[in-house]
Amino acid sequence: MSFLEYAPAPESRAILSLRDRYGLFIGGEFVDGRGTPFQTISPSSEERIAEIANANEADVADAVAAARRAYDRTWSRMSGRDRGKYLFRIARLVQERTRELAVAESLDNGKPIKESRDVDVPLVAAWFFYYAGWADKLDHAGLGANPRSLGVAAQVIPWNFPLLMLAWKIAPALAAGNTVVLKPAETTPLTALIFAEIIQQADLPPGVVNIITGAGDTGAALVAAEGVDKVAFTGSTAVGRAIAKQIAGSDKRATLELGGKAANIVFDDAPIDQAIEGIVNGIFFNQGHVCCAGSRLLVQENIHDEVVERLKQRLSTLRLGDPLDKNTDIGAINSKEQLERIRELSDIGVAEGADRWSVPCEIPENGFWYAPTIFTNVQTSYRIAREEIFGPVLSVLTFRTPAEAIAKANNTPYGLSAGIWTDKGSRILAVADQLRAGVIWANTFNRFDPSSPFGGYKESGYGREGGRHGLAAYLSPAPIGQAAITAGRGGAQRRLETSGTAPADLETTAKRSPRSARSATKGSKR
Amino acid sequence: MSRLAVPKTYKLYIGGAFPRSESGRTYEVLKADGGFLANAAKASRKDARDAVVAARGAVGGWGGATPYNRGQVLYRIAELLEGRRAQFVAEIEEAEGVSRAVASAQVDESIDRWVWYAGWADKFAQVAGNANPVAGPYFNISVPEPTGVVAIIAPQDTSLLGFVSAVAPALVAGNSVVVVASERFPLSAISLAEVLATSDVPKGVVNVLTGSPAEIAPWLASHSDVNAIDLVGAGDLDWISLEIAAADTLKRVLRPESGPDAAAPALGRISAFTETKTVWHTKSLR
Amino acid sequence: MSGTSLVTARERALAVLGGEPDDATLGRYLHGFAGVDAVGLEQRAAGLGTRSIKTSSKKRALDLIISLIDLTTLEGADTPGKVRSLVAKAVNPDPSDATTPRVAAVCVYGDLVPYAIEALGGAHGDPDDGLISVAAVATAFPSGRSSLEIKLADTAEAVAAGADEIDMVIDRSAFLAGRYGLVFDQIAAVKEACRRPDGTSASLKVILETGELVTYDNMRRASWLSILAGGDFIKTSTGKVQPAATLPVTLLMLEVVRDWHLMTGQRIGVKPAGGIRASKDAIKYLVTVAETAGEEWLQPHLFRFGASSLLNDVLLQRQKMTTGHYSGADYVTID
Repeated sequence: MSFLEYAPAPESRAILSLRDRYGLFIGGEFVDGRGTPFQTISPSSEERIAEIANANEADVADAVAAARRAYDRTWSRMSGRDRGKYLFRIARLVQERTRELAVAESLDNGKPIKESRDVDVPLVAAWFFYYAGWADKLDHAGLGANPRSLGVAAQVIPWNFPLLMLAWKIAPALAAGNTVVLKPAETTPLTALIFAEIIQQADLPPGVVNIITGAGDTGAALVAAEGVDKVAFTGSTAVGRAIAKQIAGSDKRATLELGGKAANIVFDDAPIDQAIEGIVNGIFFNQGHVCCAGSRLLVQENIHDEVVERLKQRLSTLRLGDPLDKNTDIGAINSKEQLERIRELSDIGVAEGADRWSVPCEIPENGFWYAPTIFTNVQTSYRIAREEIFGPVLSVLTFRTPAEAIAKANNTPYGLSAGIWTDKGSRILAVADQLRAGVIWANTFNRFDPSSPFGGYKESGYGREGGRHGLAAYLSPAPIGQAAITAGRGGAQRRLETSGTAPADLETTAKRSPRSARSATKGSKR
Repeated sequence: MSRLAVPKTYKLYIGGAFPRSESGRTYEVLKADGGFLANAAKASRKDARDAVVAARGAVGGWGGATPYNRGQVLYRIAELLEGRRAQFVAEIEEAEGVSRAVASAQVDESIDRWVWYAGWADKFAQVAGNANPVAGPYFNISVPEPTGVVAIIAPQDTSLLGFVSAVAPALVAGNSVVVVASERFPLSAISLAEVLATSDVPKGVVNVLTGSPAEIAPWLASHSDVNAIDLVGAGDLDWISLEIAAADTLKRVLRPESGPDAAAPALGRISAFTETKTVWHTKSLR
Repeated sequence: MSGTSLVTARERALAVLGGEPDDATLGRYLHGFAGVDAVGLEQRAAGLGTRSIKTSSKKRALDLIISLIDLTTLEGADTPGKVRSLVAKAVNPDPSDATTPRVAAVCVYGDLVPYAIEALGGAHGDPDDGLISVAAVATAFPSGRSSLEIKLADTAEAVAAGADEIDMVIDRSAFLAGRYGLVFDQIAAVKEACRRPDGTSASLKVILETGELVTYDNMRRASWLSILAGGDFIKTSTGKVQPAATLPVTLLMLEVVRDWHLMTGQRIGVKPAGGIRASKDAIKYLVTVAETAGEEWLQPHLFRFGASSLLNDVLLQRQKMTTGHYSGADYVTID
């Protein structure tokens, strides 16, 4: 028996005390949904985990109303200091229940426990800690003094990082003084519902956070709901596009984190062993269910064969299997639908003429699985080099010069992330300058931090999450007069100067409503 | 005996050249009292297409120029405009039917806005960007970068001020623009284009279309190679449809503004057409 | 046991380098590698360290660790009596459990080799045969600061006394000054001094003293240099300088031997030494070996732990697995 065939080291499920049924979390309480409930299953075994309520339009309206009430009556009136203290409480509670949340996440999502335990959940706590500290410092968010919260935020999140995406959405929204209605993905509602219990333990005022479950129609109803001031969505570009159309002409502002087809560029002077790790981490982290995954490997032609050979060797040490096993590197594909899409696009890759290589590994009988796969001999025109596969599938392309690498990297409607691997500092900075992507990892990949803005160019969406920029996405500048007065400035200054001292919305890509735009206008030309 | 004046032919400004509309169309621009003022080119969708191509070609050079350089180029516009102040004042008086004092104020304010925005060019990134103190051995910095090609429906109620107020901030970060001028008051925009053509602004960075915003805007809003659209002057159009069309390629959209000083100076007008790029790099002594 | 012949090593070096192993040629070669990204290397090592080894795998891992240990004493105060005690522990690590494997070797100062051999008696031999080798540190260990003549004499004496393995130190002074040719020549000369009259040769472990090389780039260059010059093993540390063995350093050295094997077909050993005290940590090293160089490296001729206190921690863990309850320090012998 091989030493590498480590005995299974499953994380205990005993730490979980799940309910058999979960309702909607509205106004601080779990209530029944009026839609037809659905089951959430474990994608690694297809076993049922729990029954989940389904919010219909009336439920959505109730949740938005609860959020509005909480906004008007408590949250918007509360001091930043106290809002911050609530967020710190939540951060601590997440830390206390880290193991439980990690197990639940791996169970419901299929991701390896080592990722939910070492990446997802610690980042969730970090996100709340980071934004907790912002709550009473909003004057320094870059929008001038006394920035205003927006009101009720409708937040729709995906299934790839269920709890982490929840934190990315809720933490800055609450810190800025908004209340939220959040809808987790249909296939991964579990940790959001455990999080609702945490909200109760934190004694957060009812209605500040509402969590409603359901499918795409629930999300669409939420985005469309009257009384929503801000929409924050992470998911596919197709749905993001639909949301942008849906809210056109309204006063709703939007942050959209959409798809990607990131180039991971490896130059011939790259730190090769670390680059191999970065390639692996870039595309096989979370089974490749990552919008910023490095799914296009652009490798300098003169080291192509060596890189592919090393990559294959490295991949053969990856362990695919039970997500709750601490030694698992590659967990389950989140759903049957996703698995089918991965299969379909991979088959297209073969039909297009690319060479497919998959890790020879045993695939469990039940559940949804896809062996880590590399496509070589991929041309830029192939669909597998252009479309987001959202699975453990890497397309390898080559380039000859830095300019060609940049051109190929940018040759996509997406622009979320990119990787650069080279030992040459000046090249890193110059290439980083020219890549049209919101996050550039140089000699590393797939790193996340609450202080670091994340978001895309082009069809990867707009707005940023994380950092000061992510906070600004939930704020608007104070009306000019108030900001100027608070800042101790008189009205005698010329218009230009006044405008300059009360910078309007710093959020780089959010839409500005006619109302807020008007409020930023002062004086007359004639 | 008075001299017979030589009237100017107003054309489009695309890629640094002054072509007529490829459609051959013009429309009559009238004085405030209804009298004939001039013929302006009536741009077609193909002119819009050509303008986008020119803008795309220019964005790399302009966005890649140093902010100091961009600031100087923008300041140079103010200098040139100051030198031709009388021409613009006269043009506005005639077109808008306002007093010399009002026209002068508009020109002065326009010049001063170029100056204000020129000064932002090498400061904006310091205000909009920052280092991020991540929990790990990484250098991490966020910087604003130009969004790319920005289409602008200029404010419709002024000849020069609205046009400048919308165009200048988009240029600060390094975008190139395709601007649809005020339909009623298009002449100053073309005169400004003549200033730009003799300034240091690289060709293609600013492209000016005159004609019907209602006709041209949908082509720009739906054009895949346009990254953002400023609908500031589109209030009288079916701008919701424009926003919906823009959503097809997830364009950044600024919604219409009304009021006497639409597109008033604000840092937000610069940041609206930037993308925050965050760069990570490992740090180690080993 | 015997190492590779010097002639072969030199020919191989010339072929790889494409020239004489002087400062310039070696410099060009060793500086031709792309840098190591320290953060990435350390993250990979940390990732390997999260492997969880349970039950049957763990039992095998503990036994494997024992069989890979160079049980070491390297004190100025070492005496024949101390060495005899160490040897007794090496031969019979856990008197309460006869199934306990023996360690691979005992590692002592050169002048104590005769006492070690005498104490081992019939247990002296190749670890592949279940016997125990004798390793001697040499070449003015640990600083390496003496003339080449003395280093060679030091080596020859230990080999003549019957040492199976020589743990030499590289000349860090020369290495850090860029005199790679000098370092190469010294290693090659020591390798020559490892030869026995019968034509066989003691195995040569080359200690890089990574704690003094500091950067991973240096460590990787020193690893390649040592292999090129004929080292059979590359070893992290003397144990006298901190930091000694770390998982990232060992990972880096394993990557080098893996790449060397890909290039030449020859397998070079790796020995982390100093600072590995807990079974839990040692298991991380095994995982790192298996997932980097491959499982075939998990044998005494290709991987060793230079350690002393590690053995007892492994024995305590082993007792726990046998009896089902936690053991205590008085239930294992101090040496």
